[in-house]
Amino acid sequence: MPSTSRKKRLGREELQGIVELCESIEDKGLNPFLVDIEDLVAIMREYFKEWEKPDELILDAEALNRISTIIKLQSEWVKHRATSLYTDPFLIEDKLRTLNVQEIVEVFMKTWHPIVELEQISIHGLDESLKYWESLPPLDERWKNIGFQEWETGTVTLKEMVKQGLLADEAFSERLENFWEELKGDAGDDGKIDYWNFIGAETYKETVDRAYLTSFLVTYGYATLEIHPLEEDIFVKPYQKPVSSLGKEQLVSVPIPVSYEEWLRWRESREV
Amino acid sequence: MARKPRSLRRKTYYAMKMKRAVHLLFYKRHSKPGAKGWELRRELGSDYIKVTNLLDDYLENLDLQVKTVFEEGSPPENPTREELNRARFFITLKGSLKTKEAKLIGWRIDDIAGLAVSIAYIISKRGKASRKEVGDVLRNKLPNWRVDINLNRYIRYGYLNEDENGQLYLDWRTRTEVDEKALVDLLLRTESQSANQTSEERDTIGT
Repeated sequence: MPSTSRKKRLGREELQGIVELCESIEDKGLNPFLVDIEDLVAIMREYFKEWEKPDELILDAEALNRISTIIKLQSEWVKHRATSLYTDPFLIEDKLRTLNVQEIVEVFMKTWHPIVELEQISIHGLDESLKYWESLPPLDERWKNIGFQEWETGTVTLKEMVKQGLLADEAFSERLENFWEELKGDAGDDGKIDYWNFIGAETYKETVDRAYLTSFLVTYGYATLEIHPLEEDIFVKPYQKPVSSLGKEQLVSVPIPVSYEEWLRWRESREV
Repeated sequence: MARKPRSLRRKTYYAMKMKRAVHLLFYKRHSKPGAKGWELRRELGSDYIKVTNLLDDYLENLDLQVKTVFEEGSPPENPTREELNRARFFITLKGSLKTKEAKLIGWRIDDIAGLAVSIAYIISKRGKASRKEVGDVLRNKLPNWRVDINLNRYIRYGYLNEDENGQLYLDWRTRTEVDEKALVDLLLRTESQSANQTSEERDTIGT
């Protein structure tokens, strides 16, 4: 005679088995009559008096719930078989495999009555289009900047940059001033320096850091970018005095990818 | 000025209502085409069923029909006012298209065959089959790379519906456009010509 704990363990395994069996029938769409409901209920009845703890009772309730789902599936199965739509699935599957594409299409076309529907613009769509048209800059303005994409600038706080280790915890303006001085020193006789030669550093992390500072130099009017789209050259030109172009001309954001691959290419070209 | 006779006034009234019904039913105003019963009632009045019946008679000459699809699935014998209000009304083709005509409405023959196979297979599985199973059946006749594209297209158009467990069901457009019973019956009655030819060839070789 098994001890109580052994019986409980066996009972739990049985209940778990019932839940899994019912789940697989439900998920795979198998014939629900493969399950003998009376057998399952008998098993549940046999162990029911052993359950005391909440988790045991929950498992018992779940098994019962699964059995009730199978009974529902059995009911649907019977109903479906009773309808005129019921045909042995294997017969249909076999037909679908033996008929060629043309034959299947000919059958389907006889039973297909497609909906007639016409698309038209709605008042809402018209309203949205008018708003878009109003906010759309004229072509000459857009073509002025051809070759560059305009992007909405995102923002990042100094704290976040320090937290991510991109900036040292020193006064940002002081660092920017020092960086500006460095740029002025590095610029050649023509007053400019290649963008990558300026931001490029021994490590990728430092390169990103310098690119970030350069973007501030340009935004705050300490320097400008000279872009030659055909040659794909970008130069940084420092101003001797900060220039504010705010409100005087349309500011354009120029995204310059500073990816790890770009940095590797730059470093290799330096080594050559 | 003399008043129009009563019958003429009624005729004008229903002609106007029919025109309005045409606008509501032909032009797509929501994500789904057609109109709900309650929308028609609001726009056409409480006798909207009479208007749709008149329109149905008129459209018959053009091989079109007003199709009512009930929420409950199969159409009730005597639908109640509530059931009609909840039902969706569409304009569909009354007859059927020829295979070459299907190309005119933007369907490739393979895509139609794939749709027919998917629908028939799901019907045979009592209205529910896993995407993998349907995909396996389609791979029998369609190139592998088209299978997922096609299934996604059928889902997007509303022929099939997929749940979070990857189970496919027939969706609203199939219930509206496809005569499911006729499809299954015709499929079972159709004899494969290629299979017949093969057996005839076999017999000839045998003799």
